[in-house]
Amino acid sequence: MSEPDLTRPELIAEFRRNPVGRHSPDLRLLLNTLRKADGEEPYVLVCTKPHREWRLARKKAGRGQALTLLDGAIFTDADAAEWAVFKLRWARMTGREIGE
Amino acid sequence: MNALPRKRIVGYTDRISAAPGETIRVMVSAEDVAAYDATLVRLTSGDLHPGGSGFIEREIADLGRHPGRVQAIAAGSYAIVDPAGSLAALRSLSVLAFIWPTLPGKGRQVILGQRRARSGFALALDETGAIAFEVGGATVSTGVPLLAREWAFVAATFDADARRVVVHQEPLVSYPGLDRRSWREAIVTQSLATDAPFMIAAEAGEGHPTAHFNGKIEAPVVAREALDRAGLERIAQGAITPEVAAAWDFAREMGGDRIVDRSPNRRHGRLVNLPTRAMKGHGWDGSEMNWTHAPHQYGAIHFHDDDLYDAGWAADFALTVPAETPSGVYAARLTGGGDVDHVPFVVRPPKGRRGADAVFLLPTASYLAYANERAGLEGDGHLQAFANHLVALGPGDLWLNDHQGAGLSLYDRHGDGSGVSISSRLRPILNLRPGVTSAWVGTAGTAPWQFNADLPLLDWLAAKGIACDVVTDEDLDREGMGLLDGYRVMLTGSHPEYWSRSMYDALQAYLGRGGRMMYLGGNGFYWRVAFHPTLPGVIELRRAEDGIRDWVAEGGEYYMSFTGEYGGMWCRMGRSIHALAGVGMAGQGFDVSTYYRRNSASRDPRAAFVFEGVEGDVIGDFGTVGGGAAGLEVDRYDRALGSPPHALVLASSENLSDTYFPPPDEINNASAMMDARQNTRVRADLVLFTTPNGGAVFSTGSIAWIGSLTHNRYDNNVSRITENVLRRFLDTKGIG
Repeated sequence: MSEPDLTRPELIAEFRRNPVGRHSPDLRLLLNTLRKADGEEPYVLVCTKPHREWRLARKKAGRGQALTLLDGAIFTDADAAEWAVFKLRWARMTGREIGE
Repeated sequence: MNALPRKRIVGYTDRISAAPGETIRVMVSAEDVAAYDATLVRLTSGDLHPGGSGFIEREIADLGRHPGRVQAIAAGSYAIVDPAGSLAALRSLSVLAFIWPTLPGKGRQVILGQRRARSGFALALDETGAIAFEVGGATVSTGVPLLAREWAFVAATFDADARRVVVHQEPLVSYPGLDRRSWREAIVTQSLATDAPFMIAAEAGEGHPTAHFNGKIEAPVVAREALDRAGLERIAQGAITPEVAAAWDFAREMGGDRIVDRSPNRRHGRLVNLPTRAMKGHGWDGSEMNWTHAPHQYGAIHFHDDDLYDAGWAADFALTVPAETPSGVYAARLTGGGDVDHVPFVVRPPKGRRGADAVFLLPTASYLAYANERAGLEGDGHLQAFANHLVALGPGDLWLNDHQGAGLSLYDRHGDGSGVSISSRLRPILNLRPGVTSAWVGTAGTAPWQFNADLPLLDWLAAKGIACDVVTDEDLDREGMGLLDGYRVMLTGSHPEYWSRSMYDALQAYLGRGGRMMYLGGNGFYWRVAFHPTLPGVIELRRAEDGIRDWVAEGGEYYMSFTGEYGGMWCRMGRSIHALAGVGMAGQGFDVSTYYRRNSASRDPRAAFVFEGVEGDVIGDFGTVGGGAAGLEVDRYDRALGSPPHALVLASSENLSDTYFPPPDEINNASAMMDARQNTRVRADLVLFTTPNGGAVFSTGSIAWIGSLTHNRYDNNVSRITENVLRRFLDTKGIG
């Protein structure tokens, strides 16, 4: 049996519809593959206003490691932040951009 | 670009609860803040979720304006010997110990000595991890780094007349091609003279001790002569020869903070910052797992450069709880420099008096377990897979990232990889604050956890006009059953996970006498901890045997040093959580919450009062914790695990996400059918049962329940059910 194609458009669409919560098995596999590829410096959010505003950053795993704020949008919606990071990770994995 | 959010003011108190008339000292550190205003406030809500009640506090008293100053935290454990004077007079000496270094090569680390700057002497690991003897400005190193986590006998002698230093290191196990045995001899021109105190696992620094040792030290000895090899071996084997100046036996008084010199010189010492005691020594052979049965096999102390018991800050001010202050959760609010910190504490009723018929047991032992927890801050992609969403760091997380010495939680590991088994409240605790959410719980870290997740219960009680005293786990541990006696109902918080024996005994006795309990949480009554018998505000945990463990206690180290009690899970010690609460831990996930659906038992006449005024079958499909009342950590009814056979399972959760998994104690063999989507054992059950002498227990089996109480201005079915049960439980007439 062959490996599932994790670049299928329907997985992108599924994530777009429901970024957090119950996912199909292949989307779960895709998400964890993308997360793992962050390596030792995962994407994180920095909450600048509780429940209302977040910035994107990378934070090296481990104690006292540097946090680097990334230029870009200020998110006022958590799902939008998830989507932005999904696109960054997906582009890194495939070498292609996801269109809006 | 916006600057990162920054915390400038942090504080802590000397006590977690006080009765009216009692005094609380408040310690504060303020960075770049000229002055701050202090106010006593009563806290009712810190729920900043768009659907929550917002921040609700009421000013009680002005506590004055105070100059800001920075107070540092000096982490790192060590022993200091008192009196040091006569040891300072040594001309020649021998020093030896058994060590189990955990971070050799991570900088210079002092095993023992009297050293400050370049005066005095020390037996140390040098920068490379090799054993070295330092005297004055001279260092004599074996030049051979020791291996981490391997026992070694280490020693040095200094002959003042011959000016000769000899250094020895002998690992107890050697590997082919990796022989780390070594010794070195050198002539030096220095003397031992110093005014520094004798210390173990650190040396005197500028203001605070420095050069902390990471790892275990066992049986250190100082002799007043430079002994030959045979002489060293004699005292290493325990002989107290005339030349022995001090021989500390760490296997004595393991529950305390004193180290005992078994030589006639009685140069006892004191441990600072609570290193881990009752640790396996070099002679542990596996024949005994309980240190109280064979203390001589547990003569090692594990020191860490990030241990912290008491930050030891000077008090900025003290406040006396005004007379007649109602019991509740209060805080010293500190405002200045554009920042505000709330340092919470409980005003409890005076001993022996009750201000209400209901009491909320604030789970402060569990707050300590999670104090300054760093998973979101330090995790990688695996944590995000666990959480199923991005983590979001708040100002408290960023403060912790900049203050690595602020003490760790029982979920963290020390810098050397060993588990953190001791947690204290005598330090700023950034996640024990109103308004704070957990970096990795809930979408974008928006779910409250522990303290801030429990405040909505106070908000709801106030809205419903139901009087309720507040007491803490620490009060219950100290006072036992008497603290609860007389209350008709005891309410728990959202996640009362950590219980000492005294607490557990008191709760069981309370329930046995007809007391009623509303367990409004999930994964409760799970771990056994011990409060220190003499030092205030500190608990110990051994993550033994099974259960959800972010670290795992080593085999043979399952018994707690504070009390000698077996550590780990209460359900393994004859105390079924299911029997106590009707439900027990079934699973956890940290993305979204769900709802309950009523079961046929909810139509049982015995449960009619619970559902009075409740329409429909779906309960709690709303809330500020993951959007539902069933979530995060959930408990189920299980007759096989001790749930009472007469209990009514009123409702059960549906549709938990596929990131909800059972705890390891439910996984004897992994399979691809474990997650909640395929495994109905992972669910929350809403349970009601009666207990002897007119008592009753109502359990929600979900951390998220309390987060649904305030939805729609307190008008919702979670609120209605909770109110129905609470008002019925407050009524003296029998139930069922």
